[in-house]
Amino acid sequence: MTTNVKVDVHHLTRVEGHGNIVVNVVDGSLEQCELQIVETPRFFEAMVKDRPYHETSHITSRICGICAGGHATTSLRATENALGIEPTEQTVLLRKLNFFGEILDSHVLHVYMLVAPDYLGLGSVIPLASTNPEVVLRALRMKKLAGDVCEAICGRHTHPIGMTVGGFTHFPQRADLEALREQLIASRPDLEATVELYSTLSLPAFERETEYIALRKPDEYAFIDGMIASTDGGEWPLSAYQSVTNEYNVPHSSAKHTKNQRDSYMVGAQARFNVNYDLLHPKAKEAAEALNLRPKITNPYANAAAQVVEIVHSIEEAIVLTEELLERGVQWEEPVKPTRLTGEGVGACEVPRGILFHHYVYEEGFAVKANCVIPTGQNLANIEADMRELVPTILHEGEDAVTLKLEMLVRAYDPCISCSTHLLDVEFVE
Amino acid sequence: MKPKIAFFDFTSCEGCQLTVVDSLQTNVGLLDMVEIVQFREAMTEKGTDYQIAFVEGSCTRESDEDRLRAIREQADVVVALGACAHLGGINAIRNIYSIDEVRDEVYGDKGEWYETYQPRPIDAVIAVDAVIPGCPIDRDEFIAVVTQVLQGREPRIPDHPVCIECKLNETVCMYLRGEICLGPISRAGCGAICPKYGFGCVGCRGMISNPNLESMEEVLEQYGRTLEEARAKMSMFLTYQTLEEGES
Repeated sequence: MTTNVKVDVHHLTRVEGHGNIVVNVVDGSLEQCELQIVETPRFFEAMVKDRPYHETSHITSRICGICAGGHATTSLRATENALGIEPTEQTVLLRKLNFFGEILDSHVLHVYMLVAPDYLGLGSVIPLASTNPEVVLRALRMKKLAGDVCEAICGRHTHPIGMTVGGFTHFPQRADLEALREQLIASRPDLEATVELYSTLSLPAFERETEYIALRKPDEYAFIDGMIASTDGGEWPLSAYQSVTNEYNVPHSSAKHTKNQRDSYMVGAQARFNVNYDLLHPKAKEAAEALNLRPKITNPYANAAAQVVEIVHSIEEAIVLTEELLERGVQWEEPVKPTRLTGEGVGACEVPRGILFHHYVYEEGFAVKANCVIPTGQNLANIEADMRELVPTILHEGEDAVTLKLEMLVRAYDPCISCSTHLLDVEFVE
Repeated sequence: MKPKIAFFDFTSCEGCQLTVVDSLQTNVGLLDMVEIVQFREAMTEKGTDYQIAFVEGSCTRESDEDRLRAIREQADVVVALGACAHLGGINAIRNIYSIDEVRDEVYGDKGEWYETYQPRPIDAVIAVDAVIPGCPIDRDEFIAVVTQVLQGREPRIPDHPVCIECKLNETVCMYLRGEICLGPISRAGCGAICPKYGFGCVGCRGMISNPNLESMEEVLEQYGRTLEEARAKMSMFLTYQTLEEGES
């Protein structure tokens, strides 16, 4: 039995941003078990200070290249809530369609390029290009579809252009939507193959039940707006988000940790699945069945499998939405104007990695206060709680196995570290 | 032997590396032409033997300088990838405030925990051989520049204003839509994608080498807009350049 184990993964690979895993076991007891966040502070909240309200979404989209559309949408909702703007029905539909493109893009990147190599014993997806080219080509094809959805709606996936406060500055043509519908329908065999691939991977056996938090709406699997809901019970309006996140500082991380009703909680695909399973598209429920997933999923390694379910959901719902848009037709609309220029508002979306909050205060149309609470920050305490419970059970497997399983655990959460390092409140001193 | 290439990230959103991955959708053959030895966002291996280095992100702390110098020492060709590396870009917005001011405001009494200084483009620290501009980079331009570097040619990026591409797209002028646009002085090569989708150019690819500032002022005057409005628009990506100019 190994009694001394030291894991020191400096700059974990195949994740977004810079983090270290540090575990130290001395004489069989766990002395240190940390996910250190060492990303440079980026001061995004300071960047929007004194800038006009219509620039905020363009600046905050640059927090993250992977979930740029998610940050932009959340930012727009926060600004709209602050300035008393009610978007039109068409705007809501177009944003929703764009958001499915965002979820698809990020999840395909994660399940194929970042997670799958671990299960296939590879260091990256690149060797797969020669051994299993059909898998790599499928992943690239699905990613292109995601990009095409975003391009049709707002110009590009990273960073969106045509979305603005109160609406859009560009509208898809009928032919764009028809082409999208065809592409989405044609991708169904790729969906089946993705579900099949993940049904063959065997996840490390590890169960640890925790609190799962996600946005919830009565009539749809929520991605934009909703109430904050927990599997431990309780629903909160967005304006009460700080009473859910309860952020606190820890010395080894430039990102704050959070807790709600327990010592930690989980956000992301697995949390959404656990909170909103009843609202998944029937085909996504079939995929969950094939992957042997039922709520509540308590193995964190299954987060990537829950993302596969959401890939199916996103494509099927995008088909429904595209058909609805074709039926009602897309009109040129001027963006809805603010009803006030001084105000405070919170916006929330379920971005690929979980619930994201933006919170702004504007005075005379200029930002005076900003706060972003990012999904990865909300998961950090839960990841460490998983690590603390997992490590003692796998110590006998030796240092290399412990390292790999910890890397896979952190990757399963799909952390977006450069996002999480500036989730500190700012109270601008005037 | 295939040339070995490596990707490095400094302070950025990593969206340009993501665009590199996306460029493979239509150019998967690129993987046969080169050997990628380091790409932290996408692979575990960390090879230190490479000839071509792509650097994304701004330099925002002293320890970044050492990393940059090590990359410069190893690589024959260093390419700045995207606006953060090329211009300082969005990271430099905060340079109008002193570093203590920003750190105190954002981190309060924990400010001293975090190593940081005024963000700067990488050519403020090391010599750069080529630039792929933009926020994010244009995927076709990435492929074109890589091809030229592999052929041993000096990469050429456009040095004409965005207005030309807008005309080719038949996009209605942003000034006619009541928007400020930096198209007359900003470097083209993006396909004028922002005006095409209804957003005035913010100059994320930097200014052309010989911008016609008088003509820009005429345009502003013609549409009843002010220099201040144009400067405000420039502050999104060009704050580092504007401040440098002010000092010299």
